[in-house]
Amino acid sequence: MTTGTQAPRVIANSYTAGKLPRWTPWAVLAVALVVSLGAAAIMGSPEGEFNWILGIIGGVVLFVFANWLLSRLVEGARQATNRLITSLVTGAFVLALIPLIWLTLTVVVNGLPTFLNGTFLSQSMRNVVGEGGGALHAIVGTLLITGLAAVISIPVGLMTAIYLVEYGTGRLAKGITFFVDVMTGIPSIVAGLATYAVFALIFGEGVRMGFAGSVALSILMIPVVVRSSEEIIRLVPNELREASYALGVPKWRTIAKVVLPTSIAGITTGIMLSISRVIGETAPLLIVAGFTASMNYNPFSERMMSLPVFVYTQYVSPGTDAQFYFDRSWAGALTLILIVALLNAIARIVSHYFSPKTGR
Amino acid sequence: MTAAPARIAAKKRLGDTLFSGAALAAGTLILVVLAAVAIFLVAQSIPAFLVDPAEIKGSPDSFWSYVGPLVFGTVWAAALALIIAVPIALGISLFISHYAPRRLAQGLGYTIDLLAAVPSVVYGLWGAGVLAPAIQPFYAWLVDNAGWFPLFTPPVSGTGRTILTVAIVLAVMILPIITALCREVFLQTPKLHEEAALALGATRWEMIRMAVLPFGRPGIISAVMLGLGRALGETMAVAMVLSPAVIISFVLTSSQNPTTIPANIALNYPEAHGIGVNVLIATGLILFVITFAVNSVARWAVSLRKEFSGAN
Amino acid sequence: MSKRIEVRDLDVYYGTFRAVEGVTLTIEPRTVTAFIGPSGCGKSTFIRTLNRMHEVIPGARVDGEVLIDGNNLYGPGVDPVLVRRQVGMVFQRPNPFPTMSIRENVLAGVRLNNTRMPKQEADELVEKSLMGANLWNEVKDRLDKPGSGLSGGQQQRLCIARTIAVSPEVILMDEPCSALDPISTLAIEDLIEELKTEYTIVIVTHNMQQASRVSDKTAFFNIEGTGKPGKLIEYDDTTTIFSNPSVKATEDYVSGKFG
Repeated sequence: MTTGTQAPRVIANSYTAGKLPRWTPWAVLAVALVVSLGAAAIMGSPEGEFNWILGIIGGVVLFVFANWLLSRLVEGARQATNRLITSLVTGAFVLALIPLIWLTLTVVVNGLPTFLNGTFLSQSMRNVVGEGGGALHAIVGTLLITGLAAVISIPVGLMTAIYLVEYGTGRLAKGITFFVDVMTGIPSIVAGLATYAVFALIFGEGVRMGFAGSVALSILMIPVVVRSSEEIIRLVPNELREASYALGVPKWRTIAKVVLPTSIAGITTGIMLSISRVIGETAPLLIVAGFTASMNYNPFSERMMSLPVFVYTQYVSPGTDAQFYFDRSWAGALTLILIVALLNAIARIVSHYFSPKTGR
Repeated sequence: MTAAPARIAAKKRLGDTLFSGAALAAGTLILVVLAAVAIFLVAQSIPAFLVDPAEIKGSPDSFWSYVGPLVFGTVWAAALALIIAVPIALGISLFISHYAPRRLAQGLGYTIDLLAAVPSVVYGLWGAGVLAPAIQPFYAWLVDNAGWFPLFTPPVSGTGRTILTVAIVLAVMILPIITALCREVFLQTPKLHEEAALALGATRWEMIRMAVLPFGRPGIISAVMLGLGRALGETMAVAMVLSPAVIISFVLTSSQNPTTIPANIALNYPEAHGIGVNVLIATGLILFVITFAVNSVARWAVSLRKEFSGAN
Repeated sequence: MSKRIEVRDLDVYYGTFRAVEGVTLTIEPRTVTAFIGPSGCGKSTFIRTLNRMHEVIPGARVDGEVLIDGNNLYGPGVDPVLVRRQVGMVFQRPNPFPTMSIRENVLAGVRLNNTRMPKQEADELVEKSLMGANLWNEVKDRLDKPGSGLSGGQQQRLCIARTIAVSPEVILMDEPCSALDPISTLAIEDLIEELKTEYTIVIVTHNMQQASRVSDKTAFFNIEGTGKPGKLIEYDDTTTIFSNPSVKATEDYVSGKFG
């Protein structure tokens, strides 16, 4: 400390008054964990079992309280509250990581053996009882159904976004904005039911087909595409449009050659994320696409399996040797997560490499 | 961008006409689709409201006494999920926006977003196959030691597949939704106001209370409402975790649990036929109305926020 | 209620970039000190280091010492919260809390330490602070209206009232008039003149006339070029700086040859 050079003798720096050293929380945490784990070990010892989960929970609770109390005594109420909130906020984050890690681990551990057994990715479930079989029919179904949904949703969603930003004025645009919001809130199962209601009217009761699944997914996907594209297109500065108009370029070419290329990265990212949202949808497909054990390449007739429904049916209606069904279910879940992760990764890469180089 | 009254009539270009026409058609299509959804849902539901209750599954006294427990279960499960998720989501958002080191913050945000990327059926699988058995001993302990408390009235469920487990799974699912929105709102807090609070000698938490939370309040409300809408409509996680009963009960840990509308549809739809389908569609319509109401409240909250930010 | 500030060999970094280099100066109690210099010369960065507000900017850190009456702000274990209670700050753009009324804005800082202040005492403090900021007569009838409803100049004076309500030792002002019209600017300058009797005031300004009008001493900062650190070129009585500076660059700047 160099405060002494001015004052005749070294006095305590008044700005450090009543402040705990920086390492205090860590020390308190360590002590609290040791105490709590020790207590858990002692209490568990008669039965010979050591409940370490309880020990850690107790330790963390003890830490939060001790840290607060210590700060309350030394630093005063304001700092104590500040420290308490810091503990709680950090704790909330750690708490949220628990299910994420837990879930990922279980899916990988339970799913990986079946996923890699050779038949899972190459066979359907036709004539399979017990061991063996695979999810190829479900993977193909998911890709067909989601692909068709994307083919419907992307043009409709993108054009709607363009309408809202570039053309829309007045009541119609307001109405569309409002109803897109409403659509965002449609529960997925309601989308399935509504699609069924429409298709039942055309094709008769009990209709099931892959295309109906695509329509149901589109109802869920379109609002997401509209929302994300709209936001991105709105970000394109008006100066760019005006520069193009000033060169005598017609409006539609301005949109196609200036606005869309500028925002293509953001739009693609939004579309990828919207696909990854609907690819895991189960409920509507359960209702309108049904489930089957066989391969079906034609989305316009007959039932079509999809991965989420595969996961669901394998789990809820296992046959004899239930374990094989559960294993396939986990493997299906793993496949689904991998697909979604892949889509997300593509979205991030696209937005990273293709976004216009602005000052961000 | 309306054209000024032009003296020279602008030449109508084919490209422009086609393009704007296509854009307009796409927008209109959305209206048509939504109208179709509403009309067909209503049309298919009408028979269910008129039907002889004896034909409904379980032979309730009336259609409404069939729907009643389902509506209760839907709202109860979603409310429980909110109670769990909202404080944690706020904590995470604050952690990412104001506590975590800036270098880490974005990565941490992605990590939480990953939770949103997991399909709901996987959550169902995890909730039913992993979480429920793991948490059952805790329920047993709760019922043994806090059985006097109405929410934990014995007997305890032997499988752990209770409404509380459902609520936990739902909470994990809506966590990233609420977090993502709140985080954005918190990050948008004007630096000016944060600095004003800090310059007055506020601690970090006091700065958050003075500047960040008041600014973000409308955003927080709408985020919570969105999460609620999602929890209300969630199907698979509930259908897979819960062993349902037709019951209205607040008990969190028993084996007799009210189920939710979407889960009920998913479970009964594959075997339903005739009027049964109409009844299920009618419950779907009711769900739609509930979520619509929730989302309307969310929109209203967002519009409050617009006025608010206009003041700056 | 005012203190001497001593800065010794202070460097400020943004990450690895050195933004301000080797500043050493002493600011006497109950004076107004103006920092002038071209844009980007580090004067705003530097003033923030006097109450550790630079820590709000990611990656910013400091080497050196700032002593306020002998206490080093950058000593080990110093609590920035305590520092900022004693060294208040007024910002470039007026920033009253939009969700609070005028009254609540004035009390915002005080409430932190004293949550159960009796109403009468609070009323007195509000009146005194708003009087001190020359704002009382304009707002006394609408204390419960939102602070964001005032004009820019009034908002800035509200911010000053909020700052002096916590009775700091030093008030830092970072270009407090740059977002205001000439009449409001004049009102703030008059106010600075009055506040000088009680507080040590440091003000950053782009406006050389303002510096010559309000300040007792002036520090001139400059950079040699982009990417180079800002330096304190000259620090002297304001009259000397503006009439008879000892460094050529200062003379060029105050006479308007660059900047």
